[in-house]
Amino acid sequence: MVAKTLRGHAHKYGKNVDTDVIIPGKYCSIVDPAELGTHAMEGIDPEFSKKVERGDLIVADRNFGCGSSREVAPIALKGAGVSGVIAASFARIFYRNALNIGLPIFESSEAADDIATGDEIQVEPDSGTIRNISKDKEYKAAAFPPFMQSLIDAGGLQAYVEKRLAEKA
Amino acid sequence: MGMTLTEKILARHAGLTAVEPGQIINAKVDLVLANELSAAVAIAAFRNMKGASRVFDHSKIALVEDHFVPAKDAQSAKLAKLMKDFAAEQQIEHFFDVGRGGIEHVVLPEEGLVAPGELIVGGDSHTCTYGAFGSFATGMGSTDIAAAFALGEVWLKVPCSIKLVYNGKLGEMVYAKDVMLKTVQTLGIDGATYRAIEYHGTTVDNLSITGRITMANMAIEAGAKNGIFHADEKTLAYVRERTDREFVVERADGDAKYERVIEIDVDALEPQVACPHLPDNVHSISEVTREDIPVDQVFIGSCTNGYIEDLRVVAKILRGKRIASNLRVIVNPGSQKVWMQAADEGILSVLAGAGCAVNTPGCGACFGGHMGTLGDGERCISTTNRNYVGRMGSPKAEVYLASPATCAASALAGRITDPRSLALVAA
Ligand code: SF4
Repeated sequence: MVAKTLRGHAHKYGKNVDTDVIIPGKYCSIVDPAELGTHAMEGIDPEFSKKVERGDLIVADRNFGCGSSREVAPIALKGAGVSGVIAASFARIFYRNALNIGLPIFESSEAADDIATGDEIQVEPDSGTIRNISKDKEYKAAAFPPFMQSLIDAGGLQAYVEKRLAEKA
Repeated sequence: MGMTLTEKILARHAGLTAVEPGQIINAKVDLVLANELSAAVAIAAFRNMKGASRVFDHSKIALVEDHFVPAKDAQSAKLAKLMKDFAAEQQIEHFFDVGRGGIEHVVLPEEGLVAPGELIVGGDSHTCTYGAFGSFATGMGSTDIAAAFALGEVWLKVPCSIKLVYNGKLGEMVYAKDVMLKTVQTLGIDGATYRAIEYHGTTVDNLSITGRITMANMAIEAGAKNGIFHADEKTLAYVRERTDREFVVERADGDAKYERVIEIDVDALEPQVACPHLPDNVHSISEVTREDIPVDQVFIGSCTNGYIEDLRVVAKILRGKRIASNLRVIVNPGSQKVWMQAADEGILSVLAGAGCAVNTPGCGACFGGHMGTLGDGERCISTTNRNYVGRMGSPKAEVYLASPATCAASALAGRITDPRSLALVAA
């Protein structure tokens, strides 16, 4: 599967951006992605949903998405128009959730360090190449472990489950 | 080569004789858990999965209404109903509505749904709580839970394990919560990410089941995939009283390989407090009380410290006294059973008599859901597990995490207080 190129401006945050600030608990009863998106990152950046433009990327330091298992966290980011997240590292549950709901994520400490808010970023998901157009620089995201890659290639967890169910039937 | 406790359980559930860290396995699950928030998204994902019409086993799924109960508004009522209807449609045996359940992680062990050696996944990050019983338990998001509903199995990467060895005796007014806060500080907020924590040592051998629950519960606060204790006599007595299901008690091999072994001596450990805004920003109480820190709210409850043992500690400190006049104390017993036991023991009237607001069991204020949400500029000391920005409401509020004893002492004084100072006064 050839994933499409991501392109947008960066919104930069620090380490340990937790799911309580990505989507505060009181909004967790909302199910509509677009409505969730209007509250995305509200706990850390109340103006985020006004600033973000479709295609923009979030760039953050270590341990992005720590805390609660709420799948609405990556859904809210997607709903806000975020095309992908680049971080030095991701918390475990967020990592699974993002891939499961189809929010592309990229691990690169170099990119996380170097990119500043407002930089124009282009990412080729298949090769993991992150280009900082504003600074004319290039970084490489860590490759997904082979199993994750095969899951992504197969069309995500849903397709994987359907295949397993068909095998069992 | 020897295996850790986590590796043993994972290997058996994957039908393998051995596994090693980093290996991807397909493992059978003994129980899948969801609450009304994670279930809403999971049910939608389940409905989208072609070929999935019935859950894999209606006796191996637990659905608990706990986050927004009793419903805080029409939207949360809708989610609660969605899960209730799904439970009826799929004939889910273990469905707990408000009034019959409580917080998922308090309810499942109470109901005998958790036993040593089992593999449990849940749509809640604190699913790791069940490691207190010698089971492998981990939190996942809703799509993963939907997959488990459909298949009765999950894919997992075998984590490497960190062995924590606790030695020494806990001092007066020092509890499992203090030990775990110290542990989170030692490991750091992402120090155990993608890893299992295996708890060892005489200190934890001497802990009650509740104390172990408190510690396993907060494994995720160091980023861990799971936290696990070896089952012992106490575990077996607790579990056998609640279920006659068969289970396999596993033990780590003597030559198991650990990524790290960390020794923690608790003899001199003081009560601990996690200061805003991270669970690993932990300091000793004598350090924290060097400054005068008045609080607006004290919260007693949650899957970390909402158990009968916790309420007994609080009641002992508050008995016959009044809480400070400038604050409010909110108590959420962890489950209906805890609530009833506390009523029987006269604890609820002691608390109410001291000026506490006692709520219906549920998550409530713990995640800023409702029933005790903090406003701008407010400060709370809480027995819960997280103090991230906005966790209990306003992003301009502050949350301190501590043991029930430290929270109760702070309720009397109106400021963060060393519970040992009360013990001295009483003596
Ligand atoms: S009590 Fe708090 S931490 Fe526990 S399940 Fe409820 S919201 Fe989560």
